[in-house]
Amino acid sequence: MINDFHYLKPASLKEALAMYAQYDDCKVICGGQSLLIVMRQGMLAPEYLLDIKHVKELSYIKFDDKDGLRIGATTTHREIEKSDTIAKKYPVLVAMEGKLASIQTRNWGTIGGNIAHADPAGDPGPVLIALKAEIKFGNANGEKTVALDEFFVDYFETKMEHGDLVLEIHVPAPDAKFGCAYQKFNLLDSDMGIVAAAASVALNADGTCKEARIVLGNAGPTPLRVTKAEDLLKGKKLDDKLFAEAGQIASEEAQPVADIHASEEHRRHVLGVLTKRMLKKAFEQAQKAA
Amino acid sequence: MEKQVLRFKVNGDEYEVYIHPKTLLAEVIRDHLGLTGTKRGCDTVSCGACTVNVNGFSVKSCSVLAVQCEGMEVTTVEGLEKNGKLSPMQRAFLDNGSYQCGFCTPGMLMSATAFVSEAKNPTKDEMKESIEGNTCRCTGYNSIVRAIEAVTQGKYKEE
Repeated sequence: MINDFHYLKPASLKEALAMYAQYDDCKVICGGQSLLIVMRQGMLAPEYLLDIKHVKELSYIKFDDKDGLRIGATTTHREIEKSDTIAKKYPVLVAMEGKLASIQTRNWGTIGGNIAHADPAGDPGPVLIALKAEIKFGNANGEKTVALDEFFVDYFETKMEHGDLVLEIHVPAPDAKFGCAYQKFNLLDSDMGIVAAAASVALNADGTCKEARIVLGNAGPTPLRVTKAEDLLKGKKLDDKLFAEAGQIASEEAQPVADIHASEEHRRHVLGVLTKRMLKKAFEQAQKAA
Repeated sequence: MEKQVLRFKVNGDEYEVYIHPKTLLAEVIRDHLGLTGTKRGCDTVSCGACTVNVNGFSVKSCSVLAVQCEGMEVTTVEGLEKNGKLSPMQRAFLDNGSYQCGFCTPGMLMSATAFVSEAKNPTKDEMKESIEGNTCRCTGYNSIVRAIEAVTQGKYKEE
């Protein structure tokens, strides 16, 4: 049963930020596809609910060859999934969205809400970090941009403080020889991942690895970067042996928790396999892009 | 907490209801408007029995705040038939025996209807994916996919 709350419906972003600053016991709803579940469970019972679903200023997808991709916070998952621009420039994002919950959830839920909710099992986090995304958030007094991998602090906690709203996700323009892949492991396609791995690879002109990113989903309190394995790959000529080694490191560095869906040991094993496979997939994409 | 007014359209009719802000869309549809075709199954955005279309997009009404639908157009399973004639998808479901217990049917119909209205030459996999958010606990999926396929092949026209 959802507790009673006062409903606040700002007409603009400016008004939303002013209202949020004014009310202490206030939570923000956009699609509410995560929030309403925890409210129904009684885990959250705010006195005020600030609805930004209708703040159209924050609903946009912009792409520029130099600047990269900018997605407004209230853009729905379905809009990202259906965007031709994103399909062309960042196919991994479209593939990820296609497996995020169900069509109904993607029709109403938003990218900003998903990121702000900061569930470590969420799909967009690992993929966006692998794509080197930044996040812009702000309050009535100003705004701030941080790298997305520094944004998540703990389970369901971010760098944002009371009064802060997610404003925009910025994904830089990809390198010329770049690839990125993501896969989650689950029993039902539309479920959250029992574990997940995203990997990106950028290659130098001579085919060696310029930069790699490995980000694990549901393998710790936040999306987890495996920098030790990333460093291993940098500067090297990549091959299956290195991918397997990186997978091994990822499996050791992960901090998965056992629950009804899988044991810790099983999760570590699958994380290693996924890391290996996603690196290979990203690498092959980067080679083809050349 | 004070009630507030929600003005929106359901199945083409204008409604004005007084609700608490915490009221879910499924509750307004069933309890305030008496349109009990829409079912509440899991209440946790999983099963899809509560699927309705809002401005043409399928959503799970158990997890949408009704106040967020201010000024919008909602279609429930009751809104599929026109002038007493069943919609193409409803007739395809009948002909293909696409139900067993029937509890998931309203949600399946809404998802399938939204899908065929936007899909162009869909593949069988896309048809299956179109009902990924709907659970049939009788597991009668094949007959549902057959019905969707029949409609996409143009075997059923609006009457």
